[in-house]
Amino acid sequence: MSTLLEVSGVSVSFDGFKAINNLSFQIAEVELRAVIGPNGAGKTTFMDIVTGKTRPDEGRVIWGDKSISLLRMNEAQIAREGIGRKFQKPTVFEDQTVRENLLMALKKDRGFFAVLFYRPSKVDLGRVDELAEEVGLANELGRLAGELSHGQKQWLEIGMLLAQEPRLLLVDEPAAGMTPEEREHTSSLLVAAAKTRAVVVVEHDMEFVRRLGCRVTVLHEGAVLAEGSLDHVTSNAQVIDVYLGR
Amino acid sequence: MRTSFIAKNPSVLIFLLALAAFTITVTILSEGFGIGIISTSFIKTLGKTLCLCLIAVAMDLIWGYTGILSLGHFAFFGLGGYMIGMWLMYERTRLIVTEALMQGQIPPTDTEIIDGIGNQIFGVVGSSDFPLVWAFADSLGIQLLLVLLVPGLLALVFGWLAFRSRVTGVYLSILTQAMTLALALYLFQNDSGLRGNNGLSGLQNLPGVEAPQSIVSMWFFLASAMALALGYVLAAWIVSGKFGSVIRGIRDNETRVRFLGYSVEGFKLAVFTLTACIAAIAGALYYPQAGIINPAEIVPIASIYLAVWVAIGGRGRLYGAVIGAGFVSLISSWFTGGQAPDIPLGFFTIKWVDWWLVLLGLSFVTVTLFAPKGIGGLFDLFKKDGDT
Repeated sequence: MSTLLEVSGVSVSFDGFKAINNLSFQIAEVELRAVIGPNGAGKTTFMDIVTGKTRPDEGRVIWGDKSISLLRMNEAQIAREGIGRKFQKPTVFEDQTVRENLLMALKKDRGFFAVLFYRPSKVDLGRVDELAEEVGLANELGRLAGELSHGQKQWLEIGMLLAQEPRLLLVDEPAAGMTPEEREHTSSLLVAAAKTRAVVVVEHDMEFVRRLGCRVTVLHEGAVLAEGSLDHVTSNAQVIDVYLGR
Repeated sequence: MRTSFIAKNPSVLIFLLALAAFTITVTILSEGFGIGIISTSFIKTLGKTLCLCLIAVAMDLIWGYTGILSLGHFAFFGLGGYMIGMWLMYERTRLIVTEALMQGQIPPTDTEIIDGIGNQIFGVVGSSDFPLVWAFADSLGIQLLLVLLVPGLLALVFGWLAFRSRVTGVYLSILTQAMTLALALYLFQNDSGLRGNNGLSGLQNLPGVEAPQSIVSMWFFLASAMALALGYVLAAWIVSGKFGSVIRGIRDNETRVRFLGYSVEGFKLAVFTLTACIAAIAGALYYPQAGIINPAEIVPIASIYLAVWVAIGGRGRLYGAVIGAGFVSLISSWFTGGQAPDIPLGFFTIKWVDWWLVLLGLSFVTVTLFAPKGIGGLFDLFKKDGDT
């Protein structure tokens, strides 16, 4: 299977602190991957680099079949290339309905005039209904996103990401603050999403990672410490030392 | 399309009906076209108020919907006024000068006429040559075009520089204040080419039009009402669809919009420039009714008042902006016009001309603290739940 994203030899430092230190990472077209690591391991910075929020000091970030470098693109261009990102804190547009949130995310021409003259077609509204069904918000379409529960907001955000039809989905701590049932729903959503695309999940919660049942990359001090199945990495002496042992 | 838009936004229809009722009532009561209960000077006040309502709609688009607190939109308003003022002043002076020179024995040459106009217009600033910016002042068509082009281009360049550098929040507000202040200071100079602090005057006289002011004032009143109606419908249409979703998204969380793949800077720039053009049109209709424009009109405080009107009226809803601008500016001219009775307290007399600003400031603070939705928020009381 071909590589979708290849990060190689990337380093970035903030005021002398090396947040990412010669990090290399690859993910295939269709794959679910969990990224774990202690606080300050560089998980969020890694996502910032891939999505264009942070520019690395050195290294390469190569994307897709045409091997485009993402380093010269801004956040919006990278998003249009097909990289979706979910933030740790649920960020949906609280002042707008679930339907408006999903319509805004739907994969469409993002140009100024295209947006100005856009009116939702039957197909688009049908797609929104499907997405809402998929993430379990079918009955909430007309409600303001701000009225949803914490878990529902997380799902709405996942729904918005799916609406973007990204080829790579970066998900930051999706299970934080969720009830056990909500976690189960979320993990099955992510597993389903990874059947047709690449999904990277950053997570602290080992139980949640176990439920994902995928390859795990352990980050430590801005570099990859270990990679493999969860059982493999959790038996790694170094990993136990820096992370699990504490 | 149109019907469904109106049907989905009943407030637009209600607004248009209210505006039409107001316009017709005023027309019937006017001196020019009606039974003469409302004086011509008050017609002008009402007409000017409609223009202020229009710029308030623009302010609501940029601040209430897009979340950019621009404190410089009166610069665009003033520039629009200057652009139309140049033609009004040039053409009227030309007619007067030509007529005066025709009294002589020999018919005047073109050069004599041009020199005569130059002397008349620029005598006050010790000059008689036409500055470069007056190159097209003899053409109404071009000056009308410039009403949109000059403020539009200024907004485009300023906005491009500011948004590209991701200047946001209070820093952007300060930058817009600096822009309007710089423009005002420049125009205050005698060699700015626009008559320094004298500004342009006599704008209430339409060149070549014999009709009395009572009639002319009605034309401008009706044109202002029409402009407000069109501007309101345009703004309501813009915010009703996905474009409205995107700009409200930018207001609430611009990073998220960026990660959805929208070019946030591009959308901000588009709204900034569009609202500058709406402000310019409002200004081009306002100053012929005011009769005079000078750089004092675009000092920073003017744009701050605009923000206060929109805040008091209720931002994020277009009719709120209109109500705020109309209500506050009318009541303000009542207080500052010396019509409000002074309040003698024995040891101290409250003179409203001085104390009105204190009252305005207090009401701004009160609204911000206790009724963030402003006067427009009162309408929510009549609305059923879920009827957004």
